[in-house]
Amino acid sequence: MSLFSLFGALEIGLIFSLVALGVFISFRLLRFPDLTVDGSFPLGGAVAAILIASGWDPFTATLVATAAGALAGVATAMLNVHLKIMDLLASILMMIALYSINLRIMGSPNVPLIMEPTLFSVLQPTWLTDYIARPLILVAIVLLAKVGLDLYFSTQQGLAIRATGSNPRMARAQGINTGAMIILGMAISNGLVALGGALFAQSQGGADISMGIGTIVIGLAAVIVGESILPSRKLLLATLAVIVGAIVYRFFIALALNSEFIGLQAQDLNLITAVLVVICLVIPLAKKRLLRRRNV
Amino acid sequence: MLSAKDLKITFNPGTPIENPALRGLSLDIPNGQFVTVIGSNGAGKSTFLNAVSGDLAIDSGQIVIDDTDVTKQPVWERAKRVARVFQDPMAGTCEDLTIEENMALAQQRGERRGLGKAVRASMRDGFRESLATLGLGLENRLSDRIGLLSGGQRQAVSLLIAALQPSRILLLDEHTAALDPRTADFVLQLTARIVAEKQLTTMMVTHSMRQALDVGERTVMLHQGQVVLDVSGEERKGMDVPDLLAMFEKVRGEKLSDDALLLS
Repeated sequence: MSLFSLFGALEIGLIFSLVALGVFISFRLLRFPDLTVDGSFPLGGAVAAILIASGWDPFTATLVATAAGALAGVATAMLNVHLKIMDLLASILMMIALYSINLRIMGSPNVPLIMEPTLFSVLQPTWLTDYIARPLILVAIVLLAKVGLDLYFSTQQGLAIRATGSNPRMARAQGINTGAMIILGMAISNGLVALGGALFAQSQGGADISMGIGTIVIGLAAVIVGESILPSRKLLLATLAVIVGAIVYRFFIALALNSEFIGLQAQDLNLITAVLVVICLVIPLAKKRLLRRRNV
Repeated sequence: MLSAKDLKITFNPGTPIENPALRGLSLDIPNGQFVTVIGSNGAGKSTFLNAVSGDLAIDSGQIVIDDTDVTKQPVWERAKRVARVFQDPMAGTCEDLTIEENMALAQQRGERRGLGKAVRASMRDGFRESLATLGLGLENRLSDRIGLLSGGQRQAVSLLIAALQPSRILLLDEHTAALDPRTADFVLQLTARIVAEKQLTTMMVTHSMRQALDVGERTVMLHQGQVVLDVSGEERKGMDVPDLLAMFEKVRGEKLSDDALLLS
């Protein structure tokens, strides 16, 4: 594997760690199986790309994209909380609705960003080449997001969101408006995913309507890989695990695709993902069996 | 004080399995009184409790707590005035959160939750102190996940945190039923102590007539969604389980078919 593809994998891994953090919030903290992600990731990309292409500065464009994702999360949560639609179904409905919305926003199936300034081109110091500068910028953004989440989820409000996911009946009995907490949590989750989408579009030279396909699988894979590398119930470590998981996952993919002797090609990506997730899910079980055999 | 007026709830109305669970139940509990509620299966005990807490919406009637009509308030809004311990020891606490996080959650019951730190160092001494009164050694395990505790320990903590924040009404829903006899006894003693200490207006639903007479100052029996028996003061002091049964039979003019259930 070349150094170039190594940095490429790190870059995409870091971007997807934002997605994975979002998925962690919905699936793990709120226990809300949220597939909106497949729509809010390209939504972030679409909004950022179209705004930058029409002359907005990349910072504002990225912020607006994040807010758009948050709004999508609010919509899914409201379908569930106020209209009593089952969580999974609500998120699937939102996901397919977003496909059309994203096409509307972009006006065409893709919006290229070739010469336009991006967050990366603006922040990149002149003495650094872009394949090193980009991961560095992303590390800063991801760390900021991680620390922000760690702090937020240890506040009274953050704790109320975690209680809502863990035991909604108890949460209500403690005076927590669980519906409002689900909406808030889903906004944060999908905002992060859209931020990932906005950065992805800017790093990969444009937004594409199909860029969201399988986002949820990648996000979940990252969460599961992370949890098997660094199993911890402590929030500080759990968010770190999710980030590590996203990067490790991306390295595995790059390794598999770049090792010619295995003979895998780009179209095998989803198969590799599935196998990787199965391996990570089986590891704890195998470990337990091994320990038991040793004790006998 | 708690005042329930003519509460009616019918489950599955208009269907063959229509079930009028509460049929015009009225009950007034003055401030600081500890009432035990008994009745056979299906008498409406849990339904009544859920109606007071807001978990179940009533079809008609009115629930007033301290001059405030709470009939239309959702559970989380009533939580300002109502604290509750569930029958299931796992239901009263969040297993993914630590002991101190659970206590911090409960300490803020009914208050606005902002961006302040949830668990502050200054709270920990208070938490340790109240946990120490349980005598279970939990005061040294503040940052342990509460899921690691046994059912009895968790129920004791549930009870403790229900009284952390001053409330008007404490609802106990057969909260010792899922525990082994020794632990159940411990939790019951704890209940009596906390209620006396904090002078809480308390309603305790129980399956056991023995328990109903042993704790509290007043015993109410429900039957078919109505209050059929209400004893307190001198009359209650001299009572034993057979007396209670006899009174019930006199009131209803029928023999109880499920004595076994009531006595268990």
